[in-house]
Amino acid sequence: MSMKNDYRARNHPAWWAFLVHRLSGLALSFFLPFHFLALGQALQGEARLNTLLRWTEQPLVKFSETMLVLLLAAHLTGGLRLLALEFLPWRGWQKSLLALAAGAALAAGLAFALVL
Amino acid sequence: MNGVEQGFAAKPMGADARAKIETWLWIAQRASAALLALCVLVHLATIIYAVRHGLSGAAILGRTRGNDAWLAFYSLYVFAIAVHAPIGLRTLCQEWLGWRDASLNWVIGAIALALFIFGLRAGWAVFAS
Repeated sequence: MSMKNDYRARNHPAWWAFLVHRLSGLALSFFLPFHFLALGQALQGEARLNTLLRWTEQPLVKFSETMLVLLLAAHLTGGLRLLALEFLPWRGWQKSLLALAAGAALAAGLAFALVL
Repeated sequence: MNGVEQGFAAKPMGADARAKIETWLWIAQRASAALLALCVLVHLATIIYAVRHGLSGAAILGRTRGNDAWLAFYSLYVFAIAVHAPIGLRTLCQEWLGWRDASLNWVIGAIALALFIFGLRAGWAVFAS
């Protein structure tokens, strides 16, 4: 298969949905250990947790948090789409599911970003 | 089910056992996904609630400490994560890195255990009284 055919075989909505699902899953997996260790700071008292929370007020950290919420929402909606495709009868509304998944993920990300 | 086919091709010995493991991992991945769908929805809602109601250490711990129902919910969430994330990482290592020998299963098992322990610890830190 030539590079051109290879690219064309991949450049369609379902392949992009696959890539977003995989990369968001990977990013969330890398984030989890830090998330758990950060929350564990509460074991050493409220002051220790506050030190960490002050660190998270930096603009770049805030931006990363918004991206993580977006990725979590994208992984959730993309996963719901996969479960629907695998376990519900085929009805030919795959692309509608894709649009629904993307829209719901964006809505969740915006909801988080706008209340900050 | 790439892993099943690759399992057969790479090592004919014990192929049935390998296929069974792959099947169980596939089922565990879907079952944990269904549970996580609910947990993540609740978690997204709590995140948005938290940023609206104060994110200082006192505000957070004042809401969470001593809340056994939330401790139980987040413990279940952590369990589902510890099942789901390592299986996904395993697939990714197989397909993108070509890492398919037995060492992968040990590393993935260790990741699952670490996520479970540190996740429970995080939940305990925030929700225990």
